[in-house]
Amino acid sequence: MRDLRLSHSGAVTGVPTPARDLPISARGLRLQRGGKLLIDVPDLTIETVGPTMILGPNGAGKSVLIRLLHGLVEPDAGQITLAGRDPDRAARARQAMVFQRPVLLRRSVTGNLHYVLRFHGVPRSERRARVRDLLARGDLSGKGRQSARSLSGGEGQRLALIRALAGAPEILFLDEPTSSLDPGATQRIEALIARAARAGTKVIMVTHDLGQARRLGEEILFLNGGRVEEQTPVADFFPRPRSAAARAFVDGHLLV
Amino acid sequence: MQDFAASLAHAIGLILSGDAELWAIVLLSLRVSLSAVLIAAVIGMPLGAALAVARFPGRQALIVLLNALMGLPPVVVGLVVYMMLSNAGPLGVLQLLYTPAAMIIAQVVLVMPIIAALSRQVVETLDREYSEQLRSIGVSRLGSVPTLLWDGRFNLLTAVLAGFGRAIAEVGAVIIVGGNINHVTRVMTTTIALETSKGNLALALALGTILIFIAITVNAATSAAGGTARRLFHA
Repeated sequence: MRDLRLSHSGAVTGVPTPARDLPISARGLRLQRGGKLLIDVPDLTIETVGPTMILGPNGAGKSVLIRLLHGLVEPDAGQITLAGRDPDRAARARQAMVFQRPVLLRRSVTGNLHYVLRFHGVPRSERRARVRDLLARGDLSGKGRQSARSLSGGEGQRLALIRALAGAPEILFLDEPTSSLDPGATQRIEALIARAARAGTKVIMVTHDLGQARRLGEEILFLNGGRVEEQTPVADFFPRPRSAAARAFVDGHLLV
Repeated sequence: MQDFAASLAHAIGLILSGDAELWAIVLLSLRVSLSAVLIAAVIGMPLGAALAVARFPGRQALIVLLNALMGLPPVVVGLVVYMMLSNAGPLGVLQLLYTPAAMIIAQVVLVMPIIAALSRQVVETLDREYSEQLRSIGVSRLGSVPTLLWDGRFNLLTAVLAGFGRAIAEVGAVIIVGGNINHVTRVMTTTIALETSKGNLALALALGTILIFIAITVNAATSAAGGTARRLFHA
């Protein structure tokens, strides 16, 4: 069992807090590519228990920022800490990520789940039951033997999501997981994300969809030109965005 | 032309009658080349995959070298392996010269770069798709090699079959290190060369027919494997 404790805000909302790895902090984070400064985040701390939604126009650096936080991209400068510690292998293993386009292994649906469970050291005897539970959770129970890559877009993304949840991550990074899905498929993905968040997984999610940010998020991180322009609770962000860019973004103006 | 027709008829007769000498040669060829390909695959696939995912100085040069080794002239390989295995050579004590083992060694040297270079390409393409996901799961670069090899298995089969095609059709290296000794190291290609020079076209043609049949079978197997992969795994 994971060590879950209730934080102050968690006690209010009934959300258990991932104890070990929050807050996530970034200090002096910079990333440059091709002479262009993609990320310039001098000081960022994410401690909210509920989902953090990263919003911003195209090219704002949203996808790069979560890759930096997840450790997939090395920054040119700066450091990221989890609960004040450098992220080690064990801490990384308590994280997972789902990408915009699901990357499914060339195996069956269950094969994809077994892969991650095996990696997390789940004994063979327990794996089958865990896979069954995960399939039910993703509403994929009848499709276990099917090739993962023959699934529809929505099913594939659900598989990617339950696979990410298979290791019971403390932090789940999501990079626009519903951007190419229809409303029905999006709704099912959102339900899975909301359930994971309620169960204590810290969700950090990039989205273009303001409605989605409102539905799922507790906190908004508004990024523009590689900088965090705003970090506000959802309830404050939408009625009163502080920066001009965020105001324009919320009002539906095109930021170019 | 009449000669050719008569030889062909005789050749077909040899194949259909199950001529013992003919089939002994075919079996030895298959034994040598399949063993060589198996050994080359066991070494070449992980090597190619490691080269695909590892990042180190000189990697590009190594890839160029490996690609160049795909075109190694068989006679040169034969010569080098001969010198290694001859009594005066460093491996002379093993007394392997003019044995099927020597032929297997020569073919491994020829085929391994082909399997490694093609595996490198297959794995690199797959790695481009998988790398972020595998790293997110926590799999290290080198740790991802078994996953990439397994998930690329149908495309890797093409690499192995290409290696087999090279091995079974090769004559220059095996004739040098094997010596083309009757009932010991005589394989299809070396027999064809010898019998043609002696004017025994029927046996040469019969072996040639079988060789072509094997080549066609290997090609058919390659496309069947690709088709299976696409159907089963949408690879």
